[in-house]
Amino acid sequence: MTLLAIKDLTVRYPTRFGEFTAIEAIDLTIKEGEIHGLVGESGAGKSTIGAVVMGLLESPGYIANGSVTMLGTDLTKLNLDDYHQRRGSELGMIFQDPQTSLNPLFTIADQLVTTIQQHNDVSESTARQQAITLLDEVGINDAEGRIDDYPHQFSGGMRQRVVIALVLCTNPKLIVADEPTTALDVSIQKRILVLLKQLAKQRGVGILLITHDIGVIAEVCDRVTVLRQGKVVENGPTNSVIGSPTHEYTIGLMAAVPLIGKRLDRFQNIIVEEALPDEKNQWRVPGASAEYAERWLHDNYQRLQNQEQALASTETDHAILAVSDLEVRYPPENPGWFRKKLGHQALSDIDFHLHRGEVLGVVGESGSGKSTLAKAIVGLVDYTQGSISSNGIVLEPGSRRSRKNEARRRLQMIFQDPYSSLNNRRTVEQILSEPLKFYSLVDSRADRRKLVASVLELVEMPQQTLRRYPHQFSGGQRQRIAIARSLLCLPDLLICDEPTSALDVSIQAHVLNLLKDLQDEFNMAILFISHNLAVVRQMADRVVVLKDGEVVEQGDSDVFFTAPTAEYSKLLLRETPSLSILD
Amino acid sequence: MLSRLKRATVENELLYLFLRKPLAQAAFLVATVLIVGAFLADWIAPTNPYDLTSFDLLDSLIPPAWTDTGEARFVLGTDDQGRDLLSAILYGARLSLLVGLTSIAFASVLGVSVGITAGYMGGRFDAIVMRIADIQLSLPAILTALLIDGVARGLFPGAMHDDLMIVVLTVAIGLSLWVNFARTARASTFVEKNKEYVQAAEIMGQHPLRIMLVQILPNIMGPIMVILAIDLAVAILLEATLSFLGVGVPANQPSLGTLIRIGTEYLFSGEWWIVIFPSLTLIVLIISVNILGDFLRDALNPRLR
Repeated sequence: MTLLAIKDLTVRYPTRFGEFTAIEAIDLTIKEGEIHGLVGESGAGKSTIGAVVMGLLESPGYIANGSVTMLGTDLTKLNLDDYHQRRGSELGMIFQDPQTSLNPLFTIADQLVTTIQQHNDVSESTARQQAITLLDEVGINDAEGRIDDYPHQFSGGMRQRVVIALVLCTNPKLIVADEPTTALDVSIQKRILVLLKQLAKQRGVGILLITHDIGVIAEVCDRVTVLRQGKVVENGPTNSVIGSPTHEYTIGLMAAVPLIGKRLDRFQNIIVEEALPDEKNQWRVPGASAEYAERWLHDNYQRLQNQEQALASTETDHAILAVSDLEVRYPPENPGWFRKKLGHQALSDIDFHLHRGEVLGVVGESGSGKSTLAKAIVGLVDYTQGSISSNGIVLEPGSRRSRKNEARRRLQMIFQDPYSSLNNRRTVEQILSEPLKFYSLVDSRADRRKLVASVLELVEMPQQTLRRYPHQFSGGQRQRIAIARSLLCLPDLLICDEPTSALDVSIQAHVLNLLKDLQDEFNMAILFISHNLAVVRQMADRVVVLKDGEVVEQGDSDVFFTAPTAEYSKLLLRETPSLSILD
Repeated sequence: MLSRLKRATVENELLYLFLRKPLAQAAFLVATVLIVGAFLADWIAPTNPYDLTSFDLLDSLIPPAWTDTGEARFVLGTDDQGRDLLSAILYGARLSLLVGLTSIAFASVLGVSVGITAGYMGGRFDAIVMRIADIQLSLPAILTALLIDGVARGLFPGAMHDDLMIVVLTVAIGLSLWVNFARTARASTFVEKNKEYVQAAEIMGQHPLRIMLVQILPNIMGPIMVILAIDLAVAILLEATLSFLGVGVPANQPSLGTLIRIGTEYLFSGEWWIVIFPSLTLIVLIISVNILGDFLRDALNPRLR
């Protein structure tokens, strides 16, 4: 039986740039007990559809056309009070971030019991009993004992279960789940997905699952709708849409998804980002070209290497990065007056080497110390024991490391969030000129401009980008600018801390391809940190697995992905959603 | 022209919002007229109130031109010494604005540099300086200014040069207002310094001074601009208050505050115009600057939009 039918839905936003059409002529139906996936890249309008169904469309957005019919009622025609009655009792919503979707000031019991009583005329003790049953059903151990706890006393995954219990407590017929597992680690993600699947089957709830992750779709959805720029590209049963896509966009999207099962040399069929707006002045800096940048980088790498060899003594075959017995302990929050408290230990006994031209993947779940490791190496965090050395030169902990230390140039970092890693008040030219000026690599302003324009072309950005400010670019473009900035430092080692986790899959594929190209060309070493095993599979030659600040397993990438030895690695690999349909 | 303006609003969000706020536009118009008038006083004022030969005691206490006994020569009437009130107001506003602007410039440079350093460096410097700021904040600004002004006057006794008095006044007002800038700059720096572009600069090994000036400062200018606009009104008001109390600018160079002080003596003897017109000017100036400051705060703060 059809639960929800969306017909010809169009939503527009008036902005100062004119009317913006967020979604256009969307058709979609959900049956009882069906999980319908809504997949697309950022800006595709996935969340807008969810918001319309929930009646949470934010002003100034408005429904320009179409209807949303649920069990015979057109939701778009309801007034606020009627909607209020339905939200909760018939419609439920699961949000992305379980940290913020529960009120931290109330116990779980408070939140569940008031919601149950809001919609059902039952006594408090009955409501409480129902709440306990529900918590039990969603898999909270010792529900009776934990119901009086506050949200912060639960872990992220458990909190999301509580959110699901909260949604279920009024027996809704339809649940809108907006990126319900995006903020969670893979092992927890798997369990939540299994839970959703169970709910659909046992209770006959219809679920609209909004996600950017095709792996999640493949795992749980019965049907899927692919969106692009507010329009439906393709829809149908999951197997056929994902297994044998017919539309060009879906084919490209599927090709861009990294697969944990096999390593691709380069991603094919990359969906090209739309060109920069206002492309009137297609001027170029005289003499600037990608080849010029390449030549400059090669020449300077050669020059620096010659210098090094001249200086170095007999032994020259040092690792680009050698980390041994590394321990990082954060200072205690409140050091006592008389007793010395020990701080939180973020990393201990870390040992690994990294040679020129090698890519080392560092994997682990949140809190495993991946980012701390990167920060300790570049000197943003002080390590407390052990040693880090690069090319045989010892690198002191960050606060004692000299600003003049050569290693500061040789170790560069690409950050996770491309929106905060570029200074928004400086032009791209100023940002990219910084390393050239700072390390006295290019002295004249005209030469710097020529090189900056060239390197932009090398990272596949148009030359006139140099006059613009970072906020004018998308996440993927910004990340390429950030890569260009590190490249101009002539690094031996590029530390990439989740460089693509904030990006859409097609853009991720583009950035990963670019990193591979540059790595091949200039023979850099890369320390590639990611929680996404499929991405690491594409990049890494060797893999280090971290858990709670310790190395669990370390070894060749192919061996790790086919025959992991540590129990934890096996678990990680098992829990990662795989596109088994494709195999 | 209009289409160009429309295109400019797409580029510039501030202009876009400005064109949608009639109150801010009115305040901008009034403030511009007052400020331009004040700084062109030398050319547009009918007489020069600093020139003792240009006025006559016989002309004293003439009411505004539109009253029965008014004279066309003196549009807003004259004061007790026969000075043309309109000229006195124009020159007075110029002095008030000058003292207000320089003192706020002084306060902002001092406050922002202290604030950024405290925010970026943290530690002991931060603790000490910000405690001083907290202590100062617990005293009313007027009291701080009065104290600094009084101490300075005590140090340079007797025939202190008039220009020096203005400098002392400026410094006194500036020192009483730096705390706002320091706190705002520090709080914004705390946010910015954890962003990755600052970390990237640190990884490169850039000097802390460079990171503060080149990387962080441009990114915290938004909130600073807001404080600048709001505190400009406060500075002008402080100057007027100090001058009203008789510890401000020298008597032969009347500012708006001095004019109001002179005027109050005649308030109950029927010569109302001497106090009303300078007061109105001050009120209109302060309100328009305040409205502009509020507009800036709302426009630059994405959370209030």
